[in-house]
Parts: sequence; structure tokens; C-alpha cells
Amino acid sequence: MSFLKRFARNRGALIGLTILVVVILFAIIAPQLYPQSPWRTVARPFLAPFVMDRFPLGTDTLGRDIASGLAHGARVSLTIGLVSTLVALLIGVPLGAIAGYAGGIVDDALMRFTEFFQTIPSFALAIVLVAILQPKLGSIVLAIGVVSWPPVARLVRGEVLSLKTREYVQAAITIGQPTARIIWSQVLPNTIAPIIVMGSLMIGSAILLESSLSFLGLGDPNLMSWGYMVGAGRTRLLDAWWISFFPGVAIFLTVLALNLAGEGLNDALNPRLARGRE
Amino acid sequence: MTGLRFGLALAASALALGVAQAQEPKKGGTVHVVVQPEPPMLMQGLNQNGPTNMVAGNIYESLLRYNEKLEPQPSLAKSWEISPDAKVYTFKLQEGVTWHDGKPFTADDVVFTLDKFLREVHPRWRPIVNAQVDKIEKVDDLTVKITLKQPFGPMIMTQEVASAPMIPKHIYDGTDYRANPANNTPIGTGPFKLKEWKKGSYIHLVKNENYWLKGRPNLDEIYWQIIPDAAARAVAYETGKVDVLTGGSVDVYDVARLSKLPNTCMTTKGWEMFAPHAWLTPNVRNGILGNKQFRQGLMYAIDREFGREVVWGGLGKLPTGPISSKTKFYSDDVPKYAFDPKKAKELIKASGYKGETIRLLNLPYGETWTRWTEAIKQNLEDVGVKVQVENTDVPGWTQKASNWDFDLNFNFLYQLGDPAMGVARSYITSNIAKGNPFANVGGYSNPEVDKLFADAAIAPTDKERQELYTKVQKVLADELPVLWLLEMDFPTIYRCNVKNLVTTGVGVDDGFRDAWKE
Repeated sequence: MSFLKRFARNRGALIGLTILVVVILFAIIAPQLYPQSPWRTVARPFLAPFVMDRFPLGTDTLGRDIASGLAHGARVSLTIGLVSTLVALLIGVPLGAIAGYAGGIVDDALMRFTEFFQTIPSFALAIVLVAILQPKLGSIVLAIGVVSWPPVARLVRGEVLSLKTREYVQAAITIGQPTARIIWSQVLPNTIAPIIVMGSLMIGSAILLESSLSFLGLGDPNLMSWGYMVGAGRTRLLDAWWISFFPGVAIFLTVLALNLAGEGLNDALNPRLARGRE
Repeated sequence: MTGLRFGLALAASALALGVAQAQEPKKGGTVHVVVQPEPPMLMQGLNQNGPTNMVAGNIYESLLRYNEKLEPQPSLAKSWEISPDAKVYTFKLQEGVTWHDGKPFTADDVVFTLDKFLREVHPRWRPIVNAQVDKIEKVDDLTVKITLKQPFGPMIMTQEVASAPMIPKHIYDGTDYRANPANNTPIGTGPFKLKEWKKGSYIHLVKNENYWLKGRPNLDEIYWQIIPDAAARAVAYETGKVDVLTGGSVDVYDVARLSKLPNTCMTTKGWEMFAPHAWLTPNVRNGILGNKQFRQGLMYAIDREFGREVVWGGLGKLPTGPISSKTKFYSDDVPKYAFDPKKAKELIKASGYKGETIRLLNLPYGETWTRWTEAIKQNLEDVGVKVQVENTDVPGWTQKASNWDFDLNFNFLYQLGDPAMGVARSYITSNIAKGNPFANVGGYSNPEVDKLFADAAIAPTDKERQELYTKVQKVLADELPVLWLLEMDFPTIYRCNVKNLVTTGVGVDDGFRDAWKE
């Protein structure tokens, strides 16, 4: 059965993918849809949603269009989710591969190092990193990457441990391929499937982390992100619920969609596992 | 006819009697007040942070108090005289005043406080006493004479409780002031004594039974509640846990909501002495910000009315220059800057601005300031100025501001009743010094302004002082060393059955002497 068919068999995955495509489209056409800066005051403050057609989701404490904020926020949230996941993979995959392949004392050292990071509560570490490095786009991406790589390293290490005993790897060793080349061309390509699955789930948690940071006022003050919008509206939750509600829903749906799609990918890429579940 | 007149007179006197009865303070009762944040210490001679003053201003006292018009009133000084040449101030002290530990308060304490203790440790009194005062002497047990080197008009404004709290000589003389263990158990002459300070929770003050002003204080106890979160403070008021929300302790948005609650009064009075003045400081050392035309362009670009109306919920007043309209020697005869993006664009273009990024440092004092930063950033970007906002925490802000590491920086400063005390410091060359975020951090320097401020401080008559201050306001409003944004109002929210709470120019800072609860 082809990959697409297996993916499509999971209805949740299809729903997730649909939502995701919508959000991504929304993010791509945001500058065309709302050419003005989302920070600009466009109407009176605290305009309720569905009152004026021009501002379907209402306005916030300073009279800024919430729909525009959502569209531009989608760009920020998705970009941060994607880039910080890449950062985490860039740290986690090589570390895991080296640990798994080398074994022995190198493995021990690298895994203790990984565990050291795992013992620190990741959100607390992210807060500290952002606070030290100043809240800017780069430091937020770095902080999220730094706190989310350990599971990647452990996953890759496990895969490599089992792969390196396979015959084709033994063969490569026998014909004298350099170690780096063996890891790169024989071992790693076979770990891609689980990495993709994990990565798609990590984008979701990265978006959540960024939102939490922004909610606490540790976001990049020059970027309109969903978490920032929720945080900025929280003091008015009683009388202007919509300021926090819509971006909250956006975060919820996007993270849910990523998780559903990730599950689907898992099923599609690990057919044996999926069949066992049926 | 006569009967009618008699009847009217009777009615009038009955009315007067009724009013008098309504004003008769009730004895006893406990009031819960919010203090935000928790004060670092309560020894007011050593620390004059806002929260310290709020609590300690009811434990300590000074020679004078100031009413809402900032006129001096008797406190520990029963009366005072100023010699015709305006150089000798003679203070007669109240009789029968004792410290909280029972020792008598005398002229020796006053001389010790002003000449030794505060000269050494007080950042505001030290420059005044060193530059202006020739000698401070005891005449007799209840009389103190201060002789000035030259006439100094602001002298009479220097005896507010946070500026010159009286310190007990018998406890501090000959000790290391900052290390004295008595700092933890403040001894003053004030209407309330410290009973207990449960760190992170509350500060408990109780009535001083031997207070020198007979019949005062009316209240038995004050609890200063420490609640770190703004939303939780608002809830504490709503649920009845606290009776008074001091200025600035709740979000602007909550002010409107809370002041509509039943039995709730709101006042913006009680800040006349401080008259907080908010502005943006351009760092004139940094490239284009040194250009006057550019700064004027920024001023035209900023929608200050929007800030007042929307960001600050309509509280406050737009300033015209360096001196607040609440402070002495204010003049509105200055160049004015209405919101005018078109004119802003022209000026910015003419200034030679080439699209450099301007860093805007947000003041980390809560949501309202952040919203203000966002609104102003948008204003500036609308006229083509590239702005990058920087966020940090309070220590980070203090460090950046005091080390001049910013392009534009928010700040608000107290005016302290007289331009010589609270205004000049932000503009004069001699106050360009690293290490203090409230010094002249923008680096503006103009010999003409320096001279005007220096002359105005020591000009012998108020008329001459007014002329000089009018001139300096005109110069500064044209040069814009800082961009004045708002004369801030800090509303105090309290239950209406707490009476006589705000009666002076420093509000709750020394207000509990006369306050009572119905």
C-alpha cells in the first residue's frame, strides 16, 4: 500500500492536514489580506466581534484589528515552530548518531550530557535563556531548540544502536568506508522516518512554548504572535473575552492539527506498527 | 420678619451643627491597604522608594507637611519664621513630642538629623545642605535655626517626610547608620508604630498612644498588604480583603471597573508633591537623535492624546514642557506640538534621517507601559522612522538606562514641588553621570539652560524665579531634550467609609494621621 493511501486511512490525520493547510495558506496570504501592520490602530478599542463587517473578530485594547493580528501571528508562530524544531534536530540528530554509533565511553558521556538537559524543566530553562539573551526572535528560537533536542538525541541513538548491527552496515565497515560516511549514508537515511514523525510533533510543542513565552511577556516585542495576543488580552478577559479567545483557539487548532498529522505520519511510515493497532 | 430671620438663622446653625457632627471622626477601626511592591526597608532616612514612603511616612515625621496646594503646614515644627533677607529659617518645635520608645524629641534630634544623618545618607538632602546651607544650630530645646549661604527659595519645600524624616539621635548618633540593627525596628515620632512585618505578607502598624497631637490618630491599626500580582490586588479589593488601593497598584483598565463598585471612591489627589511627569528620553549622543529637527519630528509624530485617552484610560493631562502644571513656576508660554504626522515627516526628512533603526526601551512597569510603547512605535513607523522595541526586566532597565544603553527610553520622574528639586536634575550638564537612571541620562547639555536653572534656584523672589523658569521652559520646549508625554495621574481607590484619607500633597504617604473609618 502506498504511503498516501496509508496516511489517508487515518481520518484524524486528514482533518489535521486540512487545518494545517488552511493555517499555512492564511499565513502566506496574510500580507495581501492585511497589508497594514497588525500593530496599527484601525478602529475604536474594545470593538466586539461580528459588529462591524470590516473587523469580524473585533479590536483589542488599543483598537487593533484582531483578525489581522491572527493572520500575521500565524506567520510568526509557524516560522518559530519550524525553525526551532530544525535547530533542535541539528543538535539532537548528530549527538544521537555519534553516541549510538560510537558506543562505550563516548555514548556514556553524551547520554549523561543529554540527561543533564532532560532533568532541567524545559520551560524554566527556556525562560532563563530568553531572559539572559534578551527577548528577540533569534534567542527565542535558540532557547526552544536547546530545550527540545534531548528526546531527538535519545531517539536517534536508539535507532542507530539497532541499525549498526545490520549486515549492510557491517559490510560497509568491512570494505573500509570512513566512519563519518557510514553514519551519513548508511545509518542516518534509515532513521529519517521516526525523525520526521517526531519533528512534526515537536513543531506543535515549539509553537506552544513560544506562545507561553510571549504570554509571559518574553516574546519578541516587535513581532505579533498568538501567545502575545493571548497575554495582552488576559487582563480584560472578563469584559473583552475576544481579545484572548481567538488567538487561543488558533493556537489550540494548530497544535491539535500538527499532532493529528504527526500521528498519521507515524502510521503511514511505520506500517507494521499501524497494522498492529487495528 | 424678625421671626423668619431668626428661624433661618436657627436652620442655618442646625445645618452647621449637622455638618460638624458628620465630620466628627469616629475612633478605632482597622484599615487594610495595598502596598506595591514590598518595600526594601522601613527606615525612611536610608531609603525613599515609593513603597517605603507609603508605609514609613506614617511612622516618621518631618518638620513640615504640605497641603494639596503645596503650602507648608505645621507638623513637628509648630511655627516657623523666615528672616527678611530670606537667609535664616527659624523653626519652633511642638511641645511634648516623644519618640516611639518614650524618649523626648528635641532640637538636638533635628540638628543631628539635618546636619549629620541626612547629610551623609540622603540623596536629595545632601546636595541641598552642602550647596545652600551655612549652618544648622540649636537655639534652645525647642528651637532650631538654619542659616543659608544665599537665599534659596525651594528651602521651604524640603521638609516633606520622605525628604527630611526626623531620626532619633539617641539611637543613631555615633553608629554606622546603614548597619544599625535599629533599622529593622524603626523608631519615629509618627502617629503609628511598627508592630510586625511578616515578609511577603503584610506590615502591621498600630496606633501610637502617646502621639503628640491630642485625639489623633483615629484608627487603631493599619495592615499594609503585600500582593504581588496586579489582578490579584484588584480581586482583593473586590472581595473586601483590602480597603485602599494606593496609586498605581492596579491596572489602568481595572480603575474604571473598580471605581464603579458600590461604596467606592476614587481620587487622583494626593500626588501634587510628586506630580509624576512621563517622557521619552532620546539619547542625544546617538547620531540622528542629537538633531533638534529630528526630535521635533518625533514629537509631532507621537499621538499623545491617544496615549492619554486610550492607553491611560483618560487619566492625566498633556504636558507642555519640563515643569508640570501642578508644580510651582509652570508656564504654558512655550512652543507646542500637536499630533501632526505630515509636519513630522517634513521635519524628519529635513533632519537628514536615513532610515537608521531606533531602539525603543520599554519601561517594565506592567501592561500599560507595554501598550504605550507599542502605540508610540506604530506612530513613529507611520512617519517612516524604523523602530525596534527592546523588552527587559526592572534591573535590566535600570542598568540600560543608567549606562546610557538606549536610543529612546521611557521614564517618569517626580517633580517634588519645586523645579529646583525635581526638574532641573533631568536637564543640567552637571547631572550627566552614569549609574543613576533618574539623572540626565539623555546627555543633553546647554550652558544657557544650566545657567537659567542655577540662577532660578537662588533668585531671591518668586517673581524673579518665575521669569527665569518661564525662559528655561521656552528654550527646552524648543530644543526637546526629552519628549514629554503625560502628566500622570495615580488614582487612589478606597472605600467611601474611610474618611479624610487624602488630605495632603503626598496623599496616603502621611495621610493616616487624620484618616478615620465610619
